[in-house]
Amino acid sequence: MTSSDPLRDPARCKELLAQIEESVKGSTLRFMEVCGTHTVALFRSGVHSLLPKSVVHLTGPGCPVCVTHESEVAAYLELAGKEGVIIATFGDLMRVPGPGGASLKKAHAEGARVEVVYSPFDALAIARDNPGDKVVFLGIGFETTTPTVAATVRIARQEGLKNFLVMPFHKLVPPALDALLSDPDMAVEGFMLPGHVSAIIGMEPYRPLAERYRIPAVVAGFEPVDLLQAILLMAEMKRQGKPKVINNYKRVVADEGNPKARAIVAEVYKPVDALWRGIGTIPLSGLGFTDAYRAYDAFEVLGVELKASKPLPGCRCGEVLKGIMRPDECPLFGKACTPAQPVGPCMVSTEGSCAAYFKYQIDLNSDR
Amino acid sequence: MSDKILLDQGSGGLASHRLVADVFFKHLGNPILNRMDDAALLNASGPLAVSTDSFTVDPIFFPGGDIGALAVHGTVNDVAMLGARPLYLTCGFIIEEGFAVADLERIVASMGQAARKAKVRIVAGDTKVVPRGTADKIFINTTGIGQVLANPAPSGHRAKPGDAVIISGTLGDHGLTVLSHRQGLSFEAPVQSDCASLNHLTLKLIEALPKVHVLRDPTRGGLATSLNEIAQQSSVGIVLDEPAIPVSDVVRAGCDILGLDPLYLANEGKLICVLPQKYAQQALTIMRRDPLGRQARVIGSVVADRPGKVVLRTGMGGHRMLGMLEGEQLPRIC
Repeated sequence: MTSSDPLRDPARCKELLAQIEESVKGSTLRFMEVCGTHTVALFRSGVHSLLPKSVVHLTGPGCPVCVTHESEVAAYLELAGKEGVIIATFGDLMRVPGPGGASLKKAHAEGARVEVVYSPFDALAIARDNPGDKVVFLGIGFETTTPTVAATVRIARQEGLKNFLVMPFHKLVPPALDALLSDPDMAVEGFMLPGHVSAIIGMEPYRPLAERYRIPAVVAGFEPVDLLQAILLMAEMKRQGKPKVINNYKRVVADEGNPKARAIVAEVYKPVDALWRGIGTIPLSGLGFTDAYRAYDAFEVLGVELKASKPLPGCRCGEVLKGIMRPDECPLFGKACTPAQPVGPCMVSTEGSCAAYFKYQIDLNSDR
Repeated sequence: MSDKILLDQGSGGLASHRLVADVFFKHLGNPILNRMDDAALLNASGPLAVSTDSFTVDPIFFPGGDIGALAVHGTVNDVAMLGARPLYLTCGFIIEEGFAVADLERIVASMGQAARKAKVRIVAGDTKVVPRGTADKIFINTTGIGQVLANPAPSGHRAKPGDAVIISGTLGDHGLTVLSHRQGLSFEAPVQSDCASLNHLTLKLIEALPKVHVLRDPTRGGLATSLNEIAQQSSVGIVLDEPAIPVSDVVRAGCDILGLDPLYLANEGKLICVLPQKYAQQALTIMRRDPLGRQARVIGSVVADRPGKVVLRTGMGGHRMLGMLEGEQLPRIC
């Protein structure tokens, strides 16, 4: 683990930390990251343990597993174990608890055909190898993941493959930011914007953050220097009262994003209202199939519906996702809810805010 | 002989005998095994170390090794970590009907080679063939017996505040190799398993340094899990210096892509050595002279604070916990 990389340079980090301290003097700031990879990077690099106490960095709805709604979980669990159905999923979903303590891991142990894949292309291969079965890929994830799923669906159509289906649980980041900022309970003063998502969608969708909500926002990379620079930029904008949306990850994120990837998504999917765990329905924050691709919609082909479902009893994941509550402030945290016995999804995914807190935080009783 | 393993060959009858002679004795034979009595007659005195392990790795062949070599190295290493000289191994095979005889021979030959290199003898064995579909290709169990030379024997309970924590080389190589060659994963990193028997290296260490407190090979669960076990067994804290932990660039890049942490990936040819700080340099010198310890480094120290916990000091000077994983590592989504 060399630190010859200037983006991990300890001296540069020290300098940035001193500048942050100087900038926030006398004020308390609450920032939020909305990307699971940032959540993990902030802990793994040790940034959390080094920030001044007056800077609180909250974890927003950035983990795709965590925001997947309980009704969506119930819907795919209903399919698991059905005759002639193979569920293909990213590994993170295996342990997500559903109604009555069900999960894909348990369904698998009981004989359901569930395959963990690393890419939707692997799911397509399973469909080719099992022509007599329906292979249902669980399409969860944000704008980063969606283009690959859309491309896979397009290939399935080109090949005339009829047994590859997708449950479109995709979510869009900008409508979620909008919903968070419209929530009167929210008290976030700056957004660390996701690096990978922004590489697809570009800077334009973030414009309302500064213009309408007057909130500083910075697109950030994932190295320690990236993270600290973003925090410093937010603190400085806050101090000067000049909120802007800054792209501080230009080595990866082009201002116009990736139009080619967006075009593939637009061919296969169209924006639809979507359910977010703990938040509820956010208008036009998800993706459904366009008419031309309806034959790949697992909901339609297999006659599955999203049913109203009760939130998990006692689970406060919703408040954690909105940054209203720190993971360790949840009464279940570390007691009834642990990675061994997760009550809510935030404790399951490696990028879940509660799981990250549980895993990395040194003193759970400290102020951060 | 058919080119596929048949149920007959696990029956104990003539077909079994032919398989034993043509494959097992050919590669593993030695005077003790060849007697073919119901049990092996061994001579040993003094304290013994015994360890058993079952091997079910998928894929069974991977860059740097195969299930046969692994079955020898894995058990040899477990015995060696007690400060013992591994002497004998037993092996039990469960083979799926229809398994290619050529593959079996390749695996057994590889076991023979690994055993000769480790200077251990395979003294007892058993073969069962099960109907197709009731086992995945081949499973191997090995049990190892060794003579304990260190007194007191190194143990996970003996780490003391002030000790240095040394690792013999880069981490995650075996785990990433196996994961990236598993069926259905369209990612193949140019990595190779580190699987190797460490008993010659451990012997040099305990002969020169009777003060070695802990030896442990960080297999399943990786460095992070092994150190947590040691911290808990010894009721001490362990502080690691992240920049000092050796991970190859290929493993690091592969882990970044798959969302895995190399500190939780299995190793099959690495050891953790915990001993008083003043002997650390000497231990490093011994390790670095051995081909299996060229990249040995001091990666941290044992402290009295936070008993049972492992804390990582990051490159930029921050701290975070390095806990145990709940289950297997799940690749992340984005």
